[in-house]
Amino acid sequence: MKELFVILIGAIFVENFVLSKFLGICPFLGVSQKTSTALGMSGAVTFVLVISQAVTWLVNKFLLEPKELEYLQTIAFILTIAALVQFVETVLKKLIPSLYKALGVYLPLITTNCAVLGSALIFVERDYSFLEAVVFGFAAGIGFTLALLLFSGIRERLETADIPEAFKGMPITLISASLVSITFVGFAGLIIS
Amino acid sequence: MAKKKKGFSVFINGIINENPTFRMLLGMCPSLAVTTMAKNGLGMGAAATFVLVGSNFIISLIRNIVPDKVRIPAYITVIATFTTIVQMLLAVLLPELNKQLGIYIPLIVVNCIIFARAEMFAQKNGPILSILDALGMGAGFTIAITIIGSVREILGSGTWMGYPVTVNLFSPATFFILPAGGFMIMGFLVALFNKLANRKKNDNTIEHQDACAVGCPGCSNAAGGGDVK
Repeated sequence: MKELFVILIGAIFVENFVLSKFLGICPFLGVSQKTSTALGMSGAVTFVLVISQAVTWLVNKFLLEPKELEYLQTIAFILTIAALVQFVETVLKKLIPSLYKALGVYLPLITTNCAVLGSALIFVERDYSFLEAVVFGFAAGIGFTLALLLFSGIRERLETADIPEAFKGMPITLISASLVSITFVGFAGLIIS
Repeated sequence: MAKKKKGFSVFINGIINENPTFRMLLGMCPSLAVTTMAKNGLGMGAAATFVLVGSNFIISLIRNIVPDKVRIPAYITVIATFTTIVQMLLAVLLPELNKQLGIYIPLIVVNCIIFARAEMFAQKNGPILSILDALGMGAGFTIAITIIGSVREILGSGTWMGYPVTVNLFSPATFFILPAGGFMIMGFLVALFNKLANRKKNDNTIEHQDACAVGCPGCSNAAGGGDVK
């Protein structure tokens, strides 16, 4: 139980996916203009992350490892994730239309989200158990949500700010991201490994 | 002659006009994550270029055979194959670099630049032009992240490519090799690029923002589950 808690806190604060591991930067910069879209995107990412961690863990354990096909990990994982995202989209559309309505537009964007493939590669690297991998996926999703929400609040304010011409658009966004990121350095001491 | 000229402009396009990192803002994850040292940037750029060239070449060859509906899974498989090749080559040839780059090597699969070029270029052009496009884009990416890596390494550790360069000038600030420093340097470099581009054209800032608006969903479009149905 203790290990799971450490993984949870670690993935949310200490090694926040977006702000310290640079995973999922595309959506972080792309859909953080408004808090509402940021919330939708991060909901979809968290949802897919939890499911994909479970499925890729099973694929790795029962398909790749017994047959000694670990070298196919990258291909197997990305195809699993692509198929899974498609599957989740179809199922949600049929079974829970309201949730589909809220997350639907974000789902196709998730296949190329580095966070999903990244966390699958990380659980292999760290040799996580099934439960640990799923908790890690969930925590990564929450960390992503936290970063996106914090940042969308800042970006909404940036819109009305007076910014030098050359810095308008992406540059000022990146510099603000830098300032948000440095606050997360403060969490580094939370876990002594 | 005309053909030769076109090939050259396709090549140069990726380095300057449509520099994937500074102009299109694609592939941000590796540009920020591995650039704590110039050497890592160079290695990452070379690895990504290899995958780009290979996948652009194969995709331009199979573009007419693969049905439109399954092109995305097909492209993902091609890209993932080349990524696996790079991963294995690096593990054998440059184990130290491989260790430094870690999971960012397999993550080349989801690098938006590669998918974007497959969708935007290789799908519409022949193999030779596609290779030139991939080489140009790869060079543009490599140059860009080597610059970011150099700036961060010099400011953050006082070395360049591993050699001490700032011994008597100033003491390095660890900030620049932290993730936060990566975001900040990237911000300033993009601003600088904007400024230089603005000298030539006045409306470039707007165009630039548009490029991102296209770029970020562009890479997601590439994932475009929507079409796989």
